[in-house]
Amino acid sequence: MIRPHDLLRSRPEGLFCPGGGFYIDPVRPVERALITHGHADHARAGHGSVLATRETLDIMRIRYGEGFAGAVQEAQLGETLNMNGVRVTFHPAGHVLGSAQISVETGGTRIVASGDYKRSRDPTCAPFEPIRCDVFITEATFALPVFTHPDAAGEVARLLRSLEQFPERTHIVGAYALGKAQRVIALLREADYDDTIYIHGALEKLCTYYEAAGVSLGPLQAATVEQSDAAPPAGAIIIAPPAAIDDRWSRRFSDPLASFASGWMRIRQRARQRGVELPLIISDHADWTELTATIRDTQAAEVWVTHGREEALVRWCEINGLAARPLHLAGYEDEAE
Amino acid sequence: MERFAELLDRLVLTPSRNGKLRLLTDYFASVPDPDRGFGLAGLTGGLDFPAIKPAMLRTLVEERVDPVLFAYSYDYVGDLAETVSLIWPGEAGRADAPALSEVVERLSRTSRSEAPTVMARLLDGLSPSGRFAAIKLATGGLRVGVSARLAKQALASFGDVEVQEIEELWHGLSPPFTALFAWLEDKGPKPENAAKAPFRPVMLSHAVAEADLPAIEPATYAAEWKWDGIRVQATAEDGVRRLYSRTGDDISGAFPDLMEAMDFEGTLDGELLVGDPRERTGTFSDLQQRLNRKTVSRAMLANYPVFIRCYDLLASGARDTRALPYTERRELLESFVRELPPDRFDLSPTVSFRSWQELDEKRCNPPHPVIEGVMLKKKDSPYLPGRPKGPWFKWKRDPFTVDAVLMYAQRGHGKRSSFYSDYTFGVWTGPAEDPTLVPVGKAYFGFTDEELRQIDKYVRDNTVERFGPVRSVRADRSHGLVIEVAFEGLARSSRHKSGIAMRFPRISRLRWDKPTHEADRLETLEAMLPTAMAAASGK
Ligand SMILES: [Zn+2]
Ligand SMILES: [Zn+2]
Repeated sequence: MIRPHDLLRSRPEGLFCPGGGFYIDPVRPVERALITHGHADHARAGHGSVLATRETLDIMRIRYGEGFAGAVQEAQLGETLNMNGVRVTFHPAGHVLGSAQISVETGGTRIVASGDYKRSRDPTCAPFEPIRCDVFITEATFALPVFTHPDAAGEVARLLRSLEQFPERTHIVGAYALGKAQRVIALLREADYDDTIYIHGALEKLCTYYEAAGVSLGPLQAATVEQSDAAPPAGAIIIAPPAAIDDRWSRRFSDPLASFASGWMRIRQRARQRGVELPLIISDHADWTELTATIRDTQAAEVWVTHGREEALVRWCEINGLAARPLHLAGYEDEAE
Repeated sequence: MERFAELLDRLVLTPSRNGKLRLLTDYFASVPDPDRGFGLAGLTGGLDFPAIKPAMLRTLVEERVDPVLFAYSYDYVGDLAETVSLIWPGEAGRADAPALSEVVERLSRTSRSEAPTVMARLLDGLSPSGRFAAIKLATGGLRVGVSARLAKQALASFGDVEVQEIEELWHGLSPPFTALFAWLEDKGPKPENAAKAPFRPVMLSHAVAEADLPAIEPATYAAEWKWDGIRVQATAEDGVRRLYSRTGDDISGAFPDLMEAMDFEGTLDGELLVGDPRERTGTFSDLQQRLNRKTVSRAMLANYPVFIRCYDLLASGARDTRALPYTERRELLESFVRELPPDRFDLSPTVSFRSWQELDEKRCNPPHPVIEGVMLKKKDSPYLPGRPKGPWFKWKRDPFTVDAVLMYAQRGHGKRSSFYSDYTFGVWTGPAEDPTLVPVGKAYFGFTDEELRQIDKYVRDNTVERFGPVRSVRADRSHGLVIEVAFEGLARSSRHKSGIAMRFPRISRLRWDKPTHEADRLETLEAMLPTAMAAASGK
């Protein structure tokens, strides 16, 4: 059995597999990159070659253009590839469309790099599958016991209730362009909201792509167009990138009400600081309960923690008799949700 | 409980007064008795649970959660109640979650020794948001930007009655307000105000604008000095004595010296001042020694005695005098005050005048430094609740003053660099039902060191956002600090968003007592622009 550190280690470029000669989610251009999902802090342009799921490759193409990498290879979920004697398998991570965990195995040692993940239901992507492993590399975006995400359907119900209560106000929901925006739209459709949903220009291509990939989003329309008669009526729902909700952009609409769909909205001060009137606690990252349950599910004896609040999760592992250490990887954003 | 928790969560993040009103009226309309009444009581500070102490919560949570994980969490969240509500182990929102009325009942019945068990059992049954509301309710820290005044306004809109009707009834009512809601929903008679010595809604004035005076015949108005204290209502009935602020808050507790002297039957409207009316009238800063205090020391009572300078008589014995014209009320007032202890009550003198010119001269040369202008009162007008346009005007003396709301604060320089000492203030503009604040000037002097410390603390406690050395301070219709700003003059300015530039603005005093929605509007300043100035600066 080889030591985990010899199978995967952190380098300034990112998580490196010396045996396989590849990096996972590198933050700088490298010869060979394996990418978990399309969020910008994980999927960067300029690598020699990229191995990722078809959806992740499509998303990178949409964001960076055709020449985003020298060569691309499509990974099939559940199919094992041999890379210089290292067995590599992609498994669904339940984070956004196309998101995957990457299992790396050689000489009887298996490490799973989960990328970003969640366990709660999401109609826009395949659910997370726990993979047994020796070392589990977990994200820690919401790794404090105060983060418990409520049922997302209940949050969407609150949005619809506010719309009933303030029918003259345009509800502008801040949501990250990849994943969260489409999930909020899909949840609204599940809650039988059939009206046109208006979207900010920055969301258009990705929503079109989700539709093409088989995620039905119902009637969508651009929120800002030349002809004023096509403008969203009072009381419409507009989905926009988070930066737009308290911006000039939002002030053109009828009596805008700022909402924000994010796991950070669990903390009142976070909502207050951003001027959010209707916080919706909807997250594409695992909450504390999901993080700790997932660590148990993988039966890993050792946990590497990255991408957020490492110290609390490391503490939890210690209390529960698991070896754990923070994995210091540069370049991931705390706020990436 | 969960509906109340949701209401609190939304109220605290809803800046507009109208939005808050709608949240409240919807809550009253959709939540049954007795929960809605306890909700109302919680919002208006009508519930008190002395057995529950914040320190107890810490102990409870540390028995259940790893202290290191708790410390990381508390450090991140920053608020104890919120941290406890989120970290408390248990499933969210159980089907058997207790109702608000049940929470209130259990909390009020508990003894100090049982309190931890009772509180823990409550928290076990609630969602994180419900736990937060329960903790805030239990420890008396519901700060959601709803004043008692706003809650009364919401009741008035809910029942489609005048807010003055609610104010008049208010002090005779108690949680869960079942009879009040029945009346507001047309399902029962109007509750009789059984309480003795109720609050009677106060009559307020408009600032006089230059255009107003030529249209008025001087002989139809009486004038009185406008004293620089706080407006109060002193009422006594069958041995029950109450001192109310002009928004109906009961402030009796802070003024035992005055209460003791209220040996009469009736209701007086007047100015609360410090001193002895026969010898000495103290300044507003003297009076501030007596404001916002829970306990009053013997030395305080001796050094800063308070008295009322009486303006009006609303009831004499059992007789309601409010419908009488001003002149008749004034005669009754004169004989009423004559019978009262002269160290605690005196009459606000009238100012005789024949022309506006003559009154203006008197206004600019008042006989006493604690006078801030004159009041004009129409001789034939009854005492009307609210702020009717026409019967009463205030005409302040120079320098010009305006009541503005603190919007931003910036760190000072030199020895003040550790304090927020440069203040940007604004006045209301836009539609009356949903106004916004527009900045009209900056001031960085006019306050004492003690006041600087108070404002600095206020700024830190009420910061909404920071940009470098500047903090924006919470300022909306129901929350904020009103400052009286004095200035030498006004000019039109295209550089300022308000269209107005102030000359030598300075803080003339802090109006901790004044609700923000009573701060001045931009129109008041516009009416003071140069043409108006010329007439007023004749001193
Ligand atoms: Zn991600
Ligand atoms: Zn990420």
